Amino acid sequence: MAVYAFYLIALVVLVSALSVIMARNPVHSVLWLILAFFSSAGLLVLIGAEFLAMLLVVVYVGAVAVLFLFVVMMLDVDFVELKQGTLRYWPFAVLVGVIFAAEIVLATVFGTTTNASTFDASPGAATNTEAIGQVMYTQYLLLFQMAGIILLVAMIGAIVLTLRHRPETKRQNIAKQTSRRRSDAFELKDPTPGQGI
Amino acid sequence: MDLGLSHYLAVSAALFTIGVVGIFVNRKNIIVILMAIELILLSVNLNLVAFSVFTGTITGQIFAMLVLTVAAAEAAVGLAVLVVYFRNRGDISVESVDLMKG
Repeated sequence: MAVYAFYLIALVVLVSALSVIMARNPVHSVLWLILAFFSSAGLLVLIGAEFLAMLLVVVYVGAVAVLFLFVVMMLDVDFVELKQGTLRYWPFAVLVGVIFAAEIVLATVFGTTTNASTFDASPGAATNTEAIGQVMYTQYLLLFQMAGIILLVAMIGAIVLTLRHRPETKRQNIAKQTSRRRSDAFELKDPTPGQGI
Repeated sequence: MDLGLSHYLAVSAALFTIGVVGIFVNRKNIIVILMAIELILLSVNLNLVAFSVFTGTITGQIFAMLVLTVAAAEAAVGLAVLVVYFRNRGDISVESVDLMKG
């Protein structure tokens, strides 16, 4: 029964992946990409890798796809003009695709076949999430923290790249604020009564 | 016929090929190239998780999480570069990226 569900979901994955690269409008491409990632999460659920499936939905559908949509809509590009003239690259692209597919098929057919009879997504634990958690914070702690550093670097890099200093925006100058003394801000006057300053 | 490793490898291979073709076809739009790269990384993840499940070792799923991290970072930085490029040139077609040709 699971194999029919697999065929159905795999069909959705491949059709939506093809639509990503064929769609004329990049907004449609992003929406097809969301569908592809969502159905891939379904494929992962089928073999019991629930944690990765949910992570795929959260990270891709929740963050990356929205980021793509944001950028596509922010850039004011004439997409009708962009699409013209892509036809002449099709023969080359199909050639490269056929070569890649043939290489993968050859490697699969003539490569060493693993004896994949077991079907265990969570070895040594009750649930998939538990199995991942047991090794992630012990055996792979360094890798886990390295992933965090990679994300931090990417975040800082993206901010530094896109930050723009406009002359008209008011910014906080902390050095100026803390070096401000009472004598800079106040001036004591001694007005004579009835005359003002 | 039961659900096996080869099913997942076949889907992953097809997805990878679609991603590679997508990079070569879209010579006009950098955003779609970034999306094709995401498709390729997704196929890598499918491969890792499938091998992890069908051989009964959890390491593949940990590795898939790291690939996911790198993919997210790559998308963020790539889109930031794209935004800066569009701000400077007013155009994101691949063929106009030839400033360094000399």
